[in-house]
Amino acid sequence: MGKAPKKRSLADKVRKTKTSSEIKNNPFEVKINRKKFDVLGRKSKHDVGLPGVSRSKAVNKRKETLLKEYKQKNRCSKFIDRRFGEYDTKMAPEDKILQRFTMERQRVHEKKDVYNLNEEEELTHYGQSLAEMEKFNDVVNSDDESEEKGLLSAELTASHFGGGGGLLRKKALGEEEEGGQRAKSRQELIEELIQKSKQEKRERQVQREEAQELTEKLDQDWKNIQSLMVKKTPKADKQEEKPKLEEYDMMVRELGFEMKAQPSEKMKTPEELAKEEREKLQKLEADRLRRMMGEEVVEGAQSQIHFSADDLNDGFILDKHDKKTLAYQDGKWNMGEEEEEEDEAEDEEGEGESSEEQESDAEEDEVEEEEEEEEEEEEEGSGEDDGHSDLESEQESENEEEEEASPKPKKTLSKEEVKAQQEAAKAELPYTFAAPESYNDLKDMLRGHTSDNQRLIVARTQKSNHPSLAVGNKLKLQKLFGFLLEYIGELATRSPPELSTIDKLIPEVYALCQMFPDAACKAMQSILGDAAHSMEETLEVKGHAAFPTLDMLIYLKVTALLFPTSDFRHPVTTPALLFISQALTKCPVRSLQDLTSGLVLCSLGVEYVSFSKRFLPELINFLVGTLHLAVQDKASLGYIVVPPFRASGKYSDLLVLSSSESCRSWSKKSLPLSATQQLDLENDPDRDTHRLTCLSTCLDLVKRCCLLYKDLPSFTHIFQPIRTLLSKHLSTQTLPEPLQELSSEIVEAISSTPVTQSALVFDKRKPIPLKLLTPKIVEVLDYGKKRGSTREEREKERLKHKYKREFKGALREIRKDSRFLAREKLNEVMNRDAERKRKVKELMGSLATQEGEWKSLKRKKK
Amino acid sequence: MAPAKKRNVSSVKTAEKSAKKAKVDLSKTVERILESRKHANDVFDILESLQAEQEKEVIGAVAACSELFCALLERKELFLGKLPGEEDALSGGYSAEDKYRIFMRHRYTSCVEILLEHLSHEQYDIKESAMCCLMKFAAGEGRHPLEDLDWSEHYSFPRELIQALVDNLLSKATDNSLLISRFQEFLEMEDVRYYVMSSIRDNVGKVMDKSKGAVVPVYQNNVFTLMSSISMPNQESELTNFMVKQEGFLNAIRSSATQEHKRVFERMWLGFLKYKLPNSMYKKVLVILHDSILPYMSKPTLMIDFLTAAYEIGGAISLLALNGLFVLIHQHNLDYPDFYKKLYNLLEPSVFHVKYRARFFHLANVFLSSSHLPVYLVAAFAKRLARLALTAPPTALLVVLPFIYNLIRRHPSCRVLIHKPSAEDEPFEDPYLTDEEDPAQCRALESSLWEIKSLQKHYHPDVAKAALLINTPLSEQEDDISETLEVTTYELMEKDLKQPEIKSVPLEFETATRLLKGRGDVLGQHFCLA
Repeated sequence: MGKAPKKRSLADKVRKTKTSSEIKNNPFEVKINRKKFDVLGRKSKHDVGLPGVSRSKAVNKRKETLLKEYKQKNRCSKFIDRRFGEYDTKMAPEDKILQRFTMERQRVHEKKDVYNLNEEEELTHYGQSLAEMEKFNDVVNSDDESEEKGLLSAELTASHFGGGGGLLRKKALGEEEEGGQRAKSRQELIEELIQKSKQEKRERQVQREEAQELTEKLDQDWKNIQSLMVKKTPKADKQEEKPKLEEYDMMVRELGFEMKAQPSEKMKTPEELAKEEREKLQKLEADRLRRMMGEEVVEGAQSQIHFSADDLNDGFILDKHDKKTLAYQDGKWNMGEEEEEEDEAEDEEGEGESSEEQESDAEEDEVEEEEEEEEEEEEEGSGEDDGHSDLESEQESENEEEEEASPKPKKTLSKEEVKAQQEAAKAELPYTFAAPESYNDLKDMLRGHTSDNQRLIVARTQKSNHPSLAVGNKLKLQKLFGFLLEYIGELATRSPPELSTIDKLIPEVYALCQMFPDAACKAMQSILGDAAHSMEETLEVKGHAAFPTLDMLIYLKVTALLFPTSDFRHPVTTPALLFISQALTKCPVRSLQDLTSGLVLCSLGVEYVSFSKRFLPELINFLVGTLHLAVQDKASLGYIVVPPFRASGKYSDLLVLSSSESCRSWSKKSLPLSATQQLDLENDPDRDTHRLTCLSTCLDLVKRCCLLYKDLPSFTHIFQPIRTLLSKHLSTQTLPEPLQELSSEIVEAISSTPVTQSALVFDKRKPIPLKLLTPKIVEVLDYGKKRGSTREEREKERLKHKYKREFKGALREIRKDSRFLAREKLNEVMNRDAERKRKVKELMGSLATQEGEWKSLKRKKK
Repeated sequence: MAPAKKRNVSSVKTAEKSAKKAKVDLSKTVERILESRKHANDVFDILESLQAEQEKEVIGAVAACSELFCALLERKELFLGKLPGEEDALSGGYSAEDKYRIFMRHRYTSCVEILLEHLSHEQYDIKESAMCCLMKFAAGEGRHPLEDLDWSEHYSFPRELIQALVDNLLSKATDNSLLISRFQEFLEMEDVRYYVMSSIRDNVGKVMDKSKGAVVPVYQNNVFTLMSSISMPNQESELTNFMVKQEGFLNAIRSSATQEHKRVFERMWLGFLKYKLPNSMYKKVLVILHDSILPYMSKPTLMIDFLTAAYEIGGAISLLALNGLFVLIHQHNLDYPDFYKKLYNLLEPSVFHVKYRARFFHLANVFLSSSHLPVYLVAAFAKRLARLALTAPPTALLVVLPFIYNLIRRHPSCRVLIHKPSAEDEPFEDPYLTDEEDPAQCRALESSLWEIKSLQKHYHPDVAKAALLINTPLSEQEDDISETLEVTTYELMEKDLKQPEIKSVPLEFETATRLLKGRGDVLGQHFCLA
């Protein structure tokens, strides 16, 4: 035990003198930790250990800390450093020094320099007086600057920033003392470098001086010869060259900035236009089909409003039909012949008008423009509906590149009439209207005007409150839509209903709806919701309800005009269809009026499902019931009548003719819609005519249904009652020739459809793959990490592991500490013993000499 | 009228004042009569005003009567026992005291008669006050019986009075439902209820025998209202509320009070139902039958005749009778032959349109939930329902489709209805026989549910989606139809109307120019604007 520390300390001493690389290379110092297997790309810090080095480090550390503590044990006196901030660990050493310095200065100042006015301590930088330095005596050689641009050498930095002083001093130091090999070589390198650069500089300077001398000499010579030469000065040429270049530049620049010809849209041939048209329609149609199938709506793909790149988002809608672009064909104006195939109402006036319009100034005042339009129209004597063309021209003027012209209704009025009307309108109507704030405002605005004028007013209101003109206009127009709907409802409830006015207003309603789909949807929904709610309430009380009034029928029709009826699910049309079905099931037929209403609803129902061919059972039920009403002999039916109809009862003979005479005189005529509200049929022939008309409508609807539902698997079962009715009951009765034909056609259609069906099977599915028994191989990318637990668990594991390691480490440290202390104690004891031994020996020695001396003295005395 | 009355006729408010005054006078008269017997003749004044024209006067008189005679009953100043005639009393050897009592007893009887007449008065207020007054008399009589009691414990209840009251309440001419609902408060008392029930039975027997089986709608309606307002006690412990003292009543009906109650209740209902009823009455009875009649009958099976009769009627009534039958079959082991066959035949297009659709499907769901039913039967039901679904409204379809799916789920061998891979290729005609009444013969198992395939094209998206389920194997989990049973069309509509956020409503791209013009316009083909 006593030997080991000595040895070790000796080894430590040796180690101290050696550099780290020497130690590392010494195989006796190195302990290599054997690896079990090699992992590519992994760097391990612990493959080589230096036990000696680390041990001596640990021992040193203990000597500084533990040993001192041990020595201080059981002592009362203590050395305390009272310097400022000595034990303050929070303070940065620089702060400490600064604070100490200032304190010292203050102390000195207080005592001595109270009367010292001028004398101050000299400030230094690296031992040199700053005052000296400020004089800038050592000016840097300016010759160097030209060549040494961008070069940084140690000297340069030293001379420029003064920071190189350290380096220089170090160099001096390095020369003096014997350092490591590496430090030496570096300094040498630097020195070499400096020397080289200096040499180069010198050489370059010499070269330059030589060159300058030579040129001067050449100049001298040239001047001598110049007079001899012909005066052909290339220098003058050179001087002229410069302005020329500038001119060219200018021209280039000018060309660059010059207005280029704008790339105009390619003029389209009629074929292209037609193709475009068709594609657009196809796209819309595809969209509709997709919605009909109820596929999930893809965001963005279905935006109904197509924004073109030029769209100003001003609500101007590019119509699909009549996008006409100014085009030439064989050197002539292309007058839009291509549209004629589609819509013969599309006339040349429209084209001419638009071209004229293009020429007109776009910045013109709105009102003026409208007047001008009116005049133009008059001049041209166009047969168009005045308000509508007004609207168009306005839109055209707003956007010159794209003209809109919705398909115009057929000419219904003669030219003179139109002209007269226009003049009257011009005389009466102002050109701008404030948007109505309430429904009553709208009514006041429209009161007393003819239906054409009403429409014109609405159109102008819409124009003069276009959303692009002012901020609040959007809201105003949205409200206007609601008011218009309300107004339509009111028109329909008047007696007699003013349906022609409604008819006129439809384009405006449609335009507004296209502008604000959301608001239109909300308004329609609230109307439908209210109607359905009131019907539901009466149903709860009475068990049945009255047929919806004419305004509701009109609303349903308008819904079909504004919204697509074929969608799988639509926020407006689905409830509307439900409403129709509800009305057809819950409203008992008690009069011919009720029946007419029911037939209107049936027609609407057929209309709603005509595109999507969806199955509407209530429609068939109602038609069966209607046909049943016409059966004379109600015994032995062979079919079942579904509520609201009854097999027999008070109202089950509504359609039975009073006399067969009326069959002969009857001819098919359209029923007025107002017949759903009031029907004054005094005599039997009139009533019979109405009955026959209803019957023919009903049969026609049945025929349409037959065509619609031909593909349904249960077609025969659905139409079984109708077939029985027509073939067994109605055929025996006397009916007009057309009706007989119609019914036989229907029977034919029903019986011609195949009755056989193949049995139902589930849709074919992808077979489920067999279970495989090969083991599942998971690639482990991070070894040593615990997997398959939650984050909390892993964290807990980690902490536990860490704690264990720390605990072990601490234990080891404590053991080492106590071992160290024991060693120290032993050392102490041994030192003490050795001292004692030495002293005893000394004493014994001195005693022995004393004894010897005394004996010798004694001997001398003797 | 009472003496010393100075009327100020000139005043405008004469009528009101006089009414008030009359009231004051009447109460004074009552006081006087009660004070001393020499004013006894004033009772005629009261009886006179009881028959007056004015409503207020009559009501006041009723109040006065009730005060007077209740007090007299209390004092036992009414003659007890068998009442001699008025003339006999005068001539007979009665003491003055007895004569007075006999006189008063006679007045009491006439007062009761007048009040009973008032029960069919056209003024509701008078009816009501008369009834209340009579009930007070009844209570008074119960406490102080007018009959001679042979022994002290003998229990006496004014049966005659109650009987007369009930007879008048169940009028043949007027609808007394309002009055009866007022009477309900008295029916909460056990003894009153007991005697009213037996009175009703007697009354019904009498009246219906007289009408010889013909229907008497108003009368039967009254009887029904009265009977349905009887709420039976659940347990014996509840028998606490009595009009007359308790021991007597319990002694009178010796056996267990609840048992006796139930017996009377049952006899009353059976007595009522044994006669022919109007159709609406059948519905009313059947609606409450399972809930408030069957549980309180001592022998519920006695209802079987009525239920069978109702079941045979057809239509909505059969549907309702189903509920009662179910209770009997389920809880009372009733064996009903051909139950399922009859249920099968109940299925016709109207079941989807009647008001009691939810109840019917709820019950049908219960009946068909057994997994021991033969496959042919379940298949027949499924096919029949599918066939009927072709005429059903969307609300019904949303019930029927899951219903059919549930049937197929419960009976996996019915899967051939929607999945028949063996006969995939060759098409054949639907072998199902619609008109066959016997589910065993209808060949439903050989068929497929093409109807549901057709409904995949239904216009309502929810129905179409529900119908699409047959394209793939059904999930194991049964659908819960109870949620959709009561859905109305409006609720269905609201689903679309109240969508919180609609992103960009699709619009019709074809420009609308006229109301009756455009692609696919049908309306314009048959109708014109004017």
